[in-house]
Amino acid sequence: MRAKRKKLIYNAVTFGLVIAAFLICQYMISTGQMTRSLRNQLIPICCWIVMAVSLNLVVGISGELSLGHAGFMSVGAFTGIVVSGWLLNAFQMEDVTLRLVLAMAAGGLLAGVAGVLIGIPVLRLKGDYLAIVTLAFGEIIRNVMDCVYVSVEGQGLYFGFLNNKLPGTLLLNGPNGAVGVKKIATFTAGFILIIIALVVILNLINSRSGRAIMAIRDARIAAESVGINITKYRMMAFVTSAIMAGMAGALYGLNYSTLVASKFKFDQSINVLVFVVLGGIGNTLGAVIAATALTVLPEMLRDFGQYRMLVYAVLLIVIMLTTNNPTIRTFLDRLIAPVKRLFRKKNAAELLKQTGGDAQ
Amino acid sequence: MSEQVKKHRAGTKMVPVPTNAIVPERDVDEIPVLETRHLGIEFGGLKAVDDFNLTIGKTEIAGLIGPNGAGKTTVFNLLTKVYEPTTGAVLINGKDLHGMSIVQASKLGIARTFQNIRLFDKMTVEENVRIGLHNQIKYDMFSGILRLPRYWKQEKRQHEKAMELLDIFGMQDLADEVSGSLPYGVQRRLEIVRALATDPKLLLLDEPAAGMNPHETEELMENIAKIRDRFQIAILLIEHDMSLVMGVCEGICVLNFGRVIAKGTADEIQANPVVIEAYLGKKKEAAK
Repeated sequence: MRAKRKKLIYNAVTFGLVIAAFLICQYMISTGQMTRSLRNQLIPICCWIVMAVSLNLVVGISGELSLGHAGFMSVGAFTGIVVSGWLLNAFQMEDVTLRLVLAMAAGGLLAGVAGVLIGIPVLRLKGDYLAIVTLAFGEIIRNVMDCVYVSVEGQGLYFGFLNNKLPGTLLLNGPNGAVGVKKIATFTAGFILIIIALVVILNLINSRSGRAIMAIRDARIAAESVGINITKYRMMAFVTSAIMAGMAGALYGLNYSTLVASKFKFDQSINVLVFVVLGGIGNTLGAVIAATALTVLPEMLRDFGQYRMLVYAVLLIVIMLTTNNPTIRTFLDRLIAPVKRLFRKKNAAELLKQTGGDAQ
Repeated sequence: MSEQVKKHRAGTKMVPVPTNAIVPERDVDEIPVLETRHLGIEFGGLKAVDDFNLTIGKTEIAGLIGPNGAGKTTVFNLLTKVYEPTTGAVLINGKDLHGMSIVQASKLGIARTFQNIRLFDKMTVEENVRIGLHNQIKYDMFSGILRLPRYWKQEKRQHEKAMELLDIFGMQDLADEVSGSLPYGVQRRLEIVRALATDPKLLLLDEPAAGMNPHETEELMENIAKIRDRFQIAILLIEHDMSLVMGVCEGICVLNFGRVIAKGTADEIQANPVVIEAYLGKKKEAAK
């Protein structure tokens, strides 16, 4: 029961923190205490949290290093933009919420399809080779996106590859990306997406499929010998992760009026990986906190002007070093200890009550 | 040696069957759980295992022994489809394993433990056994994520079954421990429990007594006999500890340089000059 309770507490803390943060943000927005620059950051923060949580499924839970995560995000982003634009232009769908939901669903779906297509060849590899190939696929997606033209006329969508002579209004304009996108992303949608991502990941970990995925990570041959289909479960983790990245991408894309494919370069994949590593590989709550902190940080460092990224890098190194320093860790543990003891005492008291005081 | 184990061996009479293989008398009318025919594998011209013929009765406890490098673990890897044999065939309950994957072989009823323990060491003891139950108690990914009624029902069944298995080996109190932190002997036992969770017909144990003290080995012997009696399955074990092999195994097969050099009961093997030569070397005339 002890292990089970620990997991329950971990999940409760994760959800509690996210919900509390959302409520605080909402309160600050309504009272006007939030600065404009931070308010503009809210939706991207949600997107990066979902990206970090979903990459954590591949890197932390499934144990594969994937460096092409931004690729799935871009698939989702451009799909979302196209679907949203198409629904608006072809069907005059004015309902923003419904359009956003459909756009995100489509973004997730297409990113999932991309995940399957890429997963089939890529998941034959492991370790460094997998990392290299996913990196390449991420770049391929970005370059393909540079050549895609999509336009809408009447109720029809027109696709062109390296061919911009399409009828109607252009939704995607090749290397110029998407222009004139109606911004329909909302903070609430971002919050709901985070909750969905957390539910999927945390429930998956504590289920048969999740245990199979972790078994493959810990001892591949042993997992196979007890009858776990390695390909199926690696694929499951990879595609689930891609779907969530696609949904986050759709939200991200619909938060800007213009979007170009070069926004999803290789360094974005690395960025997401940094969130995961800083949060502690396999630690979902850590990924959420790290993604938030590291998205806000560069904005707060704007005062440093051109030295911004330098300071960011130094801070990142300092954080990584201090959180791994045993002295500091024991110091932090000692700080938390009284709180933990409080809980333990309570539990012991409850136990005593249940057993009628026999435990003494 | 415990009385129980002794009784098993004493009561077993080995009888010849038409294929010149030997199985316990009580299993003679049943389809043998394992049959290998001229099994062999080459690694770049080196014949690691050659013309390996072995038949194991439905409830036999069999031993596979031989000097280091004789190819014993290679045989296990052939039986579990880690390697595809270059020649010959493996039949499990009369079904040919040709072209099957490790997973398919596991579904047919082969389970194994490893020479160097391979537990899921970041997970708890119970989770390890639950993973063993992967193909026994099923539900799909969506029931898991959405926590549908099926999830709760099957999780409960998994928990009960896992605890039942752990209970048999006196490990129910360790269910919540992280498996990597357990003592060596307990880890070995857990590996056996995990293998048993897959509901095998044939259990392969690769050096189960390695690193154990005599007391633990004694306990292991009792457990091996217990497994056979309770689950009515066959067990094939590789072991260097002769007290265990001679104590618990009914049929013994001796391997040297990838070839079977002797087969028989414990007493026959102990008296076999070829086996003695393989282990101790040839008697030199000059030594007189």
